[in-house]
Amino acid sequence: MELVKTAAAGTLESSDVMVTLGPGNAGIEIELTSTVEKQFGKQIRKVVEETVCKANVKNVRIQLNDRGALDCTIRARVEAALYRAAGSTDYKWGE
Amino acid sequence: MKNILGVDLPERIEGVGPLRPYDGKRFGGTPFEAGLKAPVKETRKLLDSLEEAIRLSGLKDGMTISFHHHFRNGDYIVNMVVDKLAEMGFRDLAIAASSLSDCHAPLIGHIRNGVIRRIETSGMRGELANAVSNGLMDTPAVFRSHGGRAWAIANGSLKIDVAFLGVPSSDPAGNANGFSREGDNSTACGSLGYAMVDAHYAQKTILLTNNVVSYPNTPCQIPQTDVDYVVRVDEIGNPKGIASGATRFTTNPKELMIAEKTAAVMEASGYLKDGFSFQTGTGGASLAVTRFLRDKMLEEGITANFALGGITGAIVKLHEEGLIKKLLDVQDFDLDAVRSAQENPFHTVVSAHHYAGPGLEGSAVDSVDMVVLSALEIDTDFNVNVLTGSDGVIRGAIGGHPDTAAGSSLTIITAPLIRGRIPTILDRVNTVVTPGVSVDVLVTEAGVAVNPARRDLIGRLAAAGIETTPIEVLKERAEAVVGKPEPVEYGDKVVGVVTYRDGTVIDLIRNVK
Repeated sequence: MELVKTAAAGTLESSDVMVTLGPGNAGIEIELTSTVEKQFGKQIRKVVEETVCKANVKNVRIQLNDRGALDCTIRARVEAALYRAAGSTDYKWGE
Repeated sequence: MKNILGVDLPERIEGVGPLRPYDGKRFGGTPFEAGLKAPVKETRKLLDSLEEAIRLSGLKDGMTISFHHHFRNGDYIVNMVVDKLAEMGFRDLAIAASSLSDCHAPLIGHIRNGVIRRIETSGMRGELANAVSNGLMDTPAVFRSHGGRAWAIANGSLKIDVAFLGVPSSDPAGNANGFSREGDNSTACGSLGYAMVDAHYAQKTILLTNNVVSYPNTPCQIPQTDVDYVVRVDEIGNPKGIASGATRFTTNPKELMIAEKTAAVMEASGYLKDGFSFQTGTGGASLAVTRFLRDKMLEEGITANFALGGITGAIVKLHEEGLIKKLLDVQDFDLDAVRSAQENPFHTVVSAHHYAGPGLEGSAVDSVDMVVLSALEIDTDFNVNVLTGSDGVIRGAIGGHPDTAAGSSLTIITAPLIRGRIPTILDRVNTVVTPGVSVDVLVTEAGVAVNPARRDLIGRLAAAGIETTPIEVLKERAEAVVGKPEPVEYGDKVVGVVTYRDGTVIDLIRNVK
């Protein structure tokens, strides 16, 4: 997947995450703010990296403002933002 | 030896001791003394200056001052008094408050500038709590339960030099109430149960009030015999922060589900019978328990002998309907409760010592059948934390949690299985406040867990068709949804000493990294 612009997905509601991402040039750069950073920071970063790798994206800058989202929510928001940033509607949800 | 009326007296009488002849001079060191020749009803006890009261009290650097938290987050007294003490140049004071709230953030400055050296409290919130958790103080804060604090004051292990107590009404002699029977009642808080202990045992007691009423302000909660000075001030607190209107029942389906299950557990436990007694808290689920309990009481035609604790409008409603005979009230949470404390003859205000003291003399919690309490965290040994958050930062209060849990025959903890992404059940709570040995049942939306030590309960719940789940299984269910949280990383500095009811140390709180 080729990222062509900056895009966002998600909300700042409790149990959701606001993901903003765009093309980068230094691998997967994650900037995380989370209400549960101390307890789940590592896990959140791991889920984001896995999701990005699965989409075959090499260079991306990602900002996450997390309000205690579950892994499945994080995965869904990151995937949606990736599709939007790639300008793609060739969705492969759940693969 | 003769007295001034000419009566002949021996120097001493065996068995009675030395005699002092009547000399016509009143003695006793009361504030009335100097004004005896021309008694003025508005005595020298009543002052218009806090500074003068502080000077007269004899407060010195390094002494212990105390406050109550009946005005909750609307309190003006703590900041007003400590600002004045700082201005007067006092240093190294210890604060022994019954609790502290968000509104007490200005204490941070007074800790930094050396006015405050030590804090004893039931809890802390907001910026002050954050700062203390991050290592603000050289001496750790000491946390006590409401009953533990009252008992420590009564037995002398927590010595209060000067108590500064805000009261919604006082007469010039110091008879005080948590409401006013005449005039302005906008800053009423209802019960003064925590303050009663301080007033009684402090070396000097200074009342602060915006509402001086005519003598006698009786029946009273704090009697004039416990009071040294009464200071007139413009404001004692923000009415909005002290008590709000009727607390609304929750519409949150998760809370309602927990409440309904809790009421079912209470019924099946065998303790819900005519003449029973109980305490429920103020959280959404806890308030709703009271409503479900009411239905069951009406259904079965039974009444409760008493309800205890922090009183809410929900409890008052049952009292006024005749379903609860008596209320024992250490603190009020809404305006209905405040009104009832003032109006209802069997709504009795009790001191924190009478409410929850752990001494051999006993207290009301020893006589209560069932109590419903909340938890921030509970572990698989049923230990409960209500003091620090899942990030290890202080954000709550011990309150009467360990007192009522220890005293009651059935202690039920209600809590959601997860809050956001944070699971409630852990292998070990971050801070033990109430030991698992005094906790019997955990009710969550995902199931009911019974402390294995209560085999009798497991049997009774099973007989009533209530399914129970081992607490370890509930923990795994939560982790399957949210994952397993990383343990909090603490530093080496002790920032809080958590005491159990009897003053023994049950846990330590370390600074967060």
